[in-house]
Amino acid sequence: MKFSESWLRTFVNPDLSSADLAHQLTMAGLEVDALESVAPPFDKVVVAQVRSVEKHPSADRLSICCVDVGAKEDLRVVCGAANVAAGVKVPCALLGAKLPTIEITQTTIRGVESNGMLCSAKELGLESDLDGLLLLPPDAVIGTDFRDYYELNDILFTLKLTPNRSDCLSVIGVAREVAAITVSTLKVDEPTSVDAEIKDQLIVDISDKNACPRYCGRLIRGINMHALSPVWVVRRLERCGIRSVNAVVDITNYVMLEMGQPLHAFDAATIKNGIHVRFAQAQEQIILLNGECVTLGPDTLVIADHDKVLALAGIMGGLESAVSDATVDIFLESAFFDPAVIAAKTRSFSFNSDSAHRFERGVDFASTRSALERATRLILDVCGGKVGPVTEEKGKLPQRTPIQLRVERLSRVLGVALDVRTVSPLLRRLQFSSVIENNVFFVTPHSYRFDLAIEEDLIEEVARLYGYDKIAVVHPVAELCMLSSAETETSVDALKSIFCAREYQEIVTYSFISSEWEKDFSPQRKPISLRNPISAQMDAMRSSLFPGLLGCLSFNLNRQQSRMRVFEVGRCFNDSQPGYAQTERVAGLCYGRAAPEQWGSDKRNIDIFDVKADIEAVCTPNVVRFESSSHPALHPGKSARIFINNVEAGCLGELHPKWQQKYDLALAPVLFEIDINVLNRRELPRFREISKFPWVRRDLAIIVADDVSAQTLLDGLLQEKAPFVVDIALFDTYRGKGIENGKKSLAFRVLLLDTQKTLTDDVVNKAIAQLREILEQKYNARLRE
Amino acid sequence: MENLETILQQALQEFSGISHAAELEHAKARFLGKGGLITELLKSLGKLPPEQRPAAGNRINEVKQAVEDALIARRAALRAREMDDELQQEALDVTLPGRGMQQGGLHPVSLTLQRVENLFRTIGFTTATGPEIETEFFNFTALNIPENHPARAMHDTFYVDDTHILRTHTSPVQIHHMLKNAPPLRIIAPGRVYRCDFDVTHTPMFHQVEGLWVDRNVNFAALKDVLATFMQLFFERDDLAFRFRPSFFPFTEPSAEMDIACFNCAGSGCRVCGNSGWLEVLGCGMVHPNVLMHVQIDPEEFLGFAFGLGVERLAMLRYGVPDLRLFFENDMRFLKQFN
Repeated sequence: MKFSESWLRTFVNPDLSSADLAHQLTMAGLEVDALESVAPPFDKVVVAQVRSVEKHPSADRLSICCVDVGAKEDLRVVCGAANVAAGVKVPCALLGAKLPTIEITQTTIRGVESNGMLCSAKELGLESDLDGLLLLPPDAVIGTDFRDYYELNDILFTLKLTPNRSDCLSVIGVAREVAAITVSTLKVDEPTSVDAEIKDQLIVDISDKNACPRYCGRLIRGINMHALSPVWVVRRLERCGIRSVNAVVDITNYVMLEMGQPLHAFDAATIKNGIHVRFAQAQEQIILLNGECVTLGPDTLVIADHDKVLALAGIMGGLESAVSDATVDIFLESAFFDPAVIAAKTRSFSFNSDSAHRFERGVDFASTRSALERATRLILDVCGGKVGPVTEEKGKLPQRTPIQLRVERLSRVLGVALDVRTVSPLLRRLQFSSVIENNVFFVTPHSYRFDLAIEEDLIEEVARLYGYDKIAVVHPVAELCMLSSAETETSVDALKSIFCAREYQEIVTYSFISSEWEKDFSPQRKPISLRNPISAQMDAMRSSLFPGLLGCLSFNLNRQQSRMRVFEVGRCFNDSQPGYAQTERVAGLCYGRAAPEQWGSDKRNIDIFDVKADIEAVCTPNVVRFESSSHPALHPGKSARIFINNVEAGCLGELHPKWQQKYDLALAPVLFEIDINVLNRRELPRFREISKFPWVRRDLAIIVADDVSAQTLLDGLLQEKAPFVVDIALFDTYRGKGIENGKKSLAFRVLLLDTQKTLTDDVVNKAIAQLREILEQKYNARLRE
Repeated sequence: MENLETILQQALQEFSGISHAAELEHAKARFLGKGGLITELLKSLGKLPPEQRPAAGNRINEVKQAVEDALIARRAALRAREMDDELQQEALDVTLPGRGMQQGGLHPVSLTLQRVENLFRTIGFTTATGPEIETEFFNFTALNIPENHPARAMHDTFYVDDTHILRTHTSPVQIHHMLKNAPPLRIIAPGRVYRCDFDVTHTPMFHQVEGLWVDRNVNFAALKDVLATFMQLFFERDDLAFRFRPSFFPFTEPSAEMDIACFNCAGSGCRVCGNSGWLEVLGCGMVHPNVLMHVQIDPEEFLGFAFGLGVERLAMLRYGVPDLRLFFENDMRFLKQFN
């Protein structure tokens, strides 16, 4: 809501500066978003008349003007504007005037002295599409200060209104609020009714009086559509951001801004046999004022005649029935539509209108008729014509029943002790009618307030007039209760710290990605698409964190980074369950050198075993296992599924070479992804006896077929449960010289321990022999000499 | 016997001129060895008359002791010097960079979220979460935003299917939590939220922290206290000026918007605060009775307050980040500034 301060002050004029008034509005809940001057500062500009124009002797485009500025002597001014002519009235900057861009001094232009400047709107810092001099109406008084004449010492207020305050979508509405906030007098005259001069009337038929509980209309015949809108109407409209169209439309807009009641004028000649307010039939069509052709359905309320749809009720008029230069008779409409009916429709159209904006929030149903009277008066004054009687149809208007306001509840909610003596004047300032019984007010809201339904609504009204700032801060008092803390659940923050300590940088990427990524990386699932994405690059919900990590990699490779270690924690989405699966995961990406470039570090590139160590670290103390697998995003020979405590939890691997190529990466990044809800579980530590006896280590070096995985052998050895064997680990692998093709050499370290006594060679040898037998028989391994 | 003094002087002089351990041992032999000067003197004692022998013997032994002391001292000195030389040779350029992994770090949004959670935890708020693909019911209807209400239009909602949307705020977590837990309740709900808006000051995804306290005695004065204290502690500014002004949210009544004095201009008005001197930091209010009734909590018995704050906004103010979009570009040069 944008309005000019001078207009507001015609209704309420508190003794406050513009800034103070704005502050008070903001602190009462009508946030002032902007305060701006109508015009930048300038001075010494007056209304002037050009008496005569001569051509400049030595410049084709310049004229020498004799200008009456209301002083004793006329001024000689050289002017370059094309629209200068004898007799026109224009603003003239006098010598010494400081305009936004220049200061006016006496100059000689091509040999001719110039003693001022005739001004365009732009030269005065006013908004205008027109070039050339700003032409003023013939009745402008010569010599008047232009700022006064054009009311430029005015401030524009822009309110950021919340959707509940539809009552402030008009200047009078804001004035009412200002009067309540500043305890000032409101001066608003109720429009007087205009008596009919003709008997002509249209029959109004409302098929659903719940959707349209009040409808007023009247004919005005024989109007002059060529009459110009009064300057003050045009100016006030412009300052509220509405362009002048013609006198009739300007006046309907003016009354809407003044009183908050949207009005519509139809060309009466286009209406056949009266007005019919009804819901549209399926497939009915209308071309709207904005030129758009819309097809309607039975949920759209329309204003129709007996043949066709004339307008979308409360939203926008039709092009065919619009007033034009050729219009002679008009039918003027002022109605109240059910906010829910209008709101349901405006969301389905791609456009909004000032009218719909008000109707869907609620328009004062008590002033439907007076707004019509106000507009009638103005139209008659400006365009002439003969007016017919008002036709009015009424249904069931919204009820305004008294709402109770318990002073005790008020004090309890606000945390400040208030009594009837404090509350009464606040309610009075808002002009509420109320009765009091036993410290309970019964307040009946106004017809223009659509946001007051329950006690809390009134509590807010009292609080905002009392002043939120006057409510002192008080420490809350509550029962103390210790918070639980599960030791077997690792917090996400703790998991993140582990990654940070291992040189991973946390990133946050958008949860929506391009569906192309989804098709590449999760081809087995249909992507979850957004119906209204921001762009094609963000049209699907991610089912994996990989695309975000890769996007981040590319972004940074293009910015001179060559080594990356990043991770992200976030939800991944798929449609595997009703309401969508939304698993929280952690995923990481490593790229480039294994270690930061440094004088003494290894210069090799990172591989999956580096990243595996990171995963093992973050999984500690859980048992984590890796099984080779295939994943659409990963290299089939260099990827694994991750199992934590035998639950599948994620995957790890090098990016598949085809994606490496597609995304133009010099090296293959290593990626992993793990479900948080598996990763964050751990067993409570449980003490185990520490042996007083030394352990015995034996190494088993074997040669075995290439396709037998280390994990298979380890599992086989551990399953044996050979006596006193407490740990078996792989510590070396070898392929190449000395080992035949298709085979590899592996070395296991076996630790044996007896917590009760020192182990003897005999016992150890027996256990090792048992393991050896398994290796030889089950896995066809051969002990290495 | 008169040459005893000469011998001593000669030994001291000779030892002090020696710089190698081996030479020192050679010199030792010349004085104290089998045929050494002092040994010879001791041997010659027998040639003296018996009455002179004790005195002469004492004299010689004194000199011998002095020579031995000098030898030990010189040995120690030489050893020390040798070690010094050795250490000097082993010396490294300790200014060379350290080897191994460096430190990673958290995203500034995480840093901010952790700070918010930590502060609210100190007065008993626990953390709750909820789905990001949410139903219209939880995101709007249960929060007293009926279908077609203009407030829904303020939210620029992303639609997934006929009933599912991307949550536009973290407020639906309130509903999930209240359905599962009986009051008194004290939670914060941090998380990602989505709005269909992308320009200089809006990203289609951002983070919010929702807060909810439902109890018998909470009130607007307490709400003001908790949030004002939070802001002062978050920014570590005891003198942080703030104000609460009326606003509108369908799920709170009365509703308020909290502003803090602009950091950039200290309240005098600048580009950062749009010349108002104030920065909008959060929305809050007393939980609307309709919301409580939706989750079967009696609004006559229990009152609640709720608030929602924008995490990126806090991070921008706290760390001086000028552009919201930086948070989601993930430029390493940006992120590493927070390590």
